[in-house]
Amino acid sequence: MCKDFIVQKSRRAWLKKIQKLAFLTLGAWFSPLTVFAKPEDATKAITEITGGKPVINGKVNLVIPPLVENGNLVVLKVSVESPMTPNDYVKSIHVIAEGNPLPNIFTVYLTPRSGSANITTRVRLADSQIVRAIAQMSNGSFYQGQAETLVTLSACTEMV
Amino acid sequence: MSKTSRTSISMPSSAKKGSIIEIRAIAQHDMESGFRYTEGGKLIPRDIIRVFTCTYNNVEVFKADFYSGIGANPLIIFTTLATETGTLEFKWTGDDGYEAVNQANLTVT
Repeated sequence: MCKDFIVQKSRRAWLKKIQKLAFLTLGAWFSPLTVFAKPEDATKAITEITGGKPVINGKVNLVIPPLVENGNLVVLKVSVESPMTPNDYVKSIHVIAEGNPLPNIFTVYLTPRSGSANITTRVRLADSQIVRAIAQMSNGSFYQGQAETLVTLSACTEMV
Repeated sequence: MSKTSRTSISMPSSAKKGSIIEIRAIAQHDMESGFRYTEGGKLIPRDIIRVFTCTYNNVEVFKADFYSGIGANPLIIFTTLATETGTLEFKWTGDDGYEAVNQANLTVT
């Protein structure tokens, strides 16, 4: 009888151990580190924009500081070479950060009445990464530009 | 975030016809990304401005979609052609019924 009880208890202890291990693996799975998007997510976001059409390097100029101290507010400038006439203008500009939890940062829609394709805004960067800007021209072609940056203090995932 | 908040527009009040003017538009907003946790481990829901539009005499000249990668108090600087004297209206719309509107007048010579 006594021996029987011990067996029962050890089994219970063993089950508890297994349970703890399960929680540990679950915890690791949902940890903030896994929240960051992978480059594949960025590629997927780009394919969604272009619909699989080829993207040509050039024409797009993306400016971000090469070294960022705080990723919460990073000044980002994007400009596209274009005459901005009714026949030839920039339709939209998409900015994609492959290291952010959500790769899309912003999209702007321009018209010939924009006069020029120059946009400045302030973005969040979660990690040191390459940021891409993709411009869609009025004739349907896509051009891209990119910039690499080093972020020392990341945005987005800190505790409140 | 409240239903509306302070916004500010900075642009020239007059311009020559056909010239390019620069417009700076800023809105007061936390832009809660939806990726942050409280100390208790609860996820803070996303609360951001989604769309910004600029209409020039009721014609849309600029539109931007924002995602959670835009920093708090979103500032956006863009350009437009000064075509005619009139009013430029700026509108921000976001999560949880957020809406803010601002106007500016432009005299074209």
